[in-house]
Amino acid sequence: MRGRNIWPHVWLVLGVLIFSFPIYITLIGSTHDGATIGRGDVPLLPGTHALENYAQAWGAGGGRYMGTPAVSMLANSLAMALLIAGGKIVISLLSAFAVVFFRFPGRMICFWAIFITLMLPVEVRIIPTFEVMVNLSLVNTMAGLVIPLIASATATLLFRQFFLTIPPEFVEAAKIDGAGPMRFFRDVVLPLSVTNIAALFVILFIYGWNQYLWPLLIINDRGLETIIVGLTKMIGGGDSQNEWNVIMATAVMALLPPVGVVLLMQRWFIKGLVETEK
Amino acid sequence: MATLSLRGITKRFGTTQVLHGIDLEVADGEMIVIVGASGCGKSTLLRIVSGLESASEGQVLIGGRDVTALEPAERDIAMVFQNYALYPHMSVFQNMAYGLKIRRLPKPEIERRVAEAAKLLDIGHLLDRKPRQLSGGQRQRVAMGRAIVREPHLFLFDEPLSNLDAKLRVTMRAEIRRLQRRLGVTSLFVTHDQVEAMTLGDRLMVMHQGRAAQVASPMEVWAKPADTYVASFIGSPSMNLLPGIMAADGVVALDGGIQLTLPAPIAGATGRSVTLGIRPEHLAPAPDGIAMQVELLEPLGSETVVHGRMADGTALTAKLLGHVPESGELMLRPDPAWLHVFDRETGQRISA
Repeated sequence: MRGRNIWPHVWLVLGVLIFSFPIYITLIGSTHDGATIGRGDVPLLPGTHALENYAQAWGAGGGRYMGTPAVSMLANSLAMALLIAGGKIVISLLSAFAVVFFRFPGRMICFWAIFITLMLPVEVRIIPTFEVMVNLSLVNTMAGLVIPLIASATATLLFRQFFLTIPPEFVEAAKIDGAGPMRFFRDVVLPLSVTNIAALFVILFIYGWNQYLWPLLIINDRGLETIIVGLTKMIGGGDSQNEWNVIMATAVMALLPPVGVVLLMQRWFIKGLVETEK
Repeated sequence: MATLSLRGITKRFGTTQVLHGIDLEVADGEMIVIVGASGCGKSTLLRIVSGLESASEGQVLIGGRDVTALEPAERDIAMVFQNYALYPHMSVFQNMAYGLKIRRLPKPEIERRVAEAAKLLDIGHLLDRKPRQLSGGQRQRVAMGRAIVREPHLFLFDEPLSNLDAKLRVTMRAEIRRLQRRLGVTSLFVTHDQVEAMTLGDRLMVMHQGRAAQVASPMEVWAKPADTYVASFIGSPSMNLLPGIMAADGVVALDGGIQLTLPAPIAGATGRSVTLGIRPEHLAPAPDGIAMQVELLEPLGSETVVHGRMADGTALTAKLLGHVPESGELMLRPDPAWLHVFDRETGQRISA
């Protein structure tokens, strides 16, 4: 029995090693000085320059333009990801609520209109969106960064599917209790959706955090640079030496907030799964 | 506290008419059970009274006040749903208090009412629990409690016992009846279970295809069913309905050739095609009775249900006391006092 059980573990450990190796290299790279990596050696053991690398990345930045400090890029990314995730959840909750619980003319048209936008990724409509943002003078603003990404057909669809599982008797009981629609939304629908909201928040936060193309296009101002875009800008075109130690320190810092969100929300996740409230 | 009047209620869903003009007067404190097979429109009627559905035509009056155009919350009613519809994320207390909280009742008043209802229903120790931590019977009680704390003019029950197991159903049935009497609240109770209907209601409304076939007390519905549908729906096993003809004013000749004399003659009915109704429990062994070939026995302990056929092949069911032979022929005579005569065309009762 033991002999048969060991192979799945071997494969799993191997898989984990393959997946985590690049992260390990990054972590190690961020502890050496620029010259060590510049020589072409890829050290596998931690060096002694961790503090100064992280301090430089955090406070001053590095790379081609000796650019933006990571602290401001992290703050921008955090603001953008939180606004996108929060906005998407609020808007999707409300639109799914409208589509499921109200009978109004054109309800199905609205639903299909939302559904169809699922098939249009950001890249397809990026030029017209950019033009709209220019006309609204929202280039180089946080609003311009967030608003085009703030509606989510996927989240609306997920909430719709969940709302459809809420027994219609709850609506009727609430009507007899005298609860208006928004009261019903706040007192019944929202508490029942907590688990779904937590799950979606994780996905949407990471979606927001990893945005690359749109921030690259709409933001020229160094003060509004996001960390993902900033990170790539630190890597030069080959005409000069890259400060890989600082880049790697920045990459590690860019990694931490999504990891934190996953770890934090995972508890909610499991709590929601264990105490099935339905 | 309040009466309920329904006047000419009709309901159409598109082109299908579900209710064909229902009239009903419910006295203060009365419990009316609306009973019928599924699809007869009984739940739709209840939903129209509650205001969750609107009638195509007709009026609903509660305590003399026309509430036809009012929202459910404004009608001063409380409803117990089949699946109880308890909010899963709220405790028992919060579930019961929710409607009062929305009405902005002062907190001490809410607490007093919930405590009273909880004491009445014996669920005081469950107030902090969530619905999923309760058994079926306890959930049922909480659903009742939620209705009681509202102190409504009208209770509406939408098949509230059908999710319970058989034993609990009997207990809860008695409890609902006791509670309703004690509180004296006018009530409508919808069910498809005829035993529930017979035991719970002051009066029954038997519905058939969107019409009220009969509105009367349980015993009257049983003793004098208004038509063949009511006759076969109420009572178990259901009534034998035998085709025949009025040979003379007081004599029915069954198609099988047997003649039966009614207790009282029906004037001017000679020659009319009729359906003769005989309840299985009104057949008793007698040497000069109708011959029946026994096909199947269903022993119930004190009684035995006998299924068989008469000489001409018509099926007949009898409920007999004591032991019955496994097979062979039985001679049965109906009790003449309990013969029901219906018009064969319309199914309506022909009274003497």
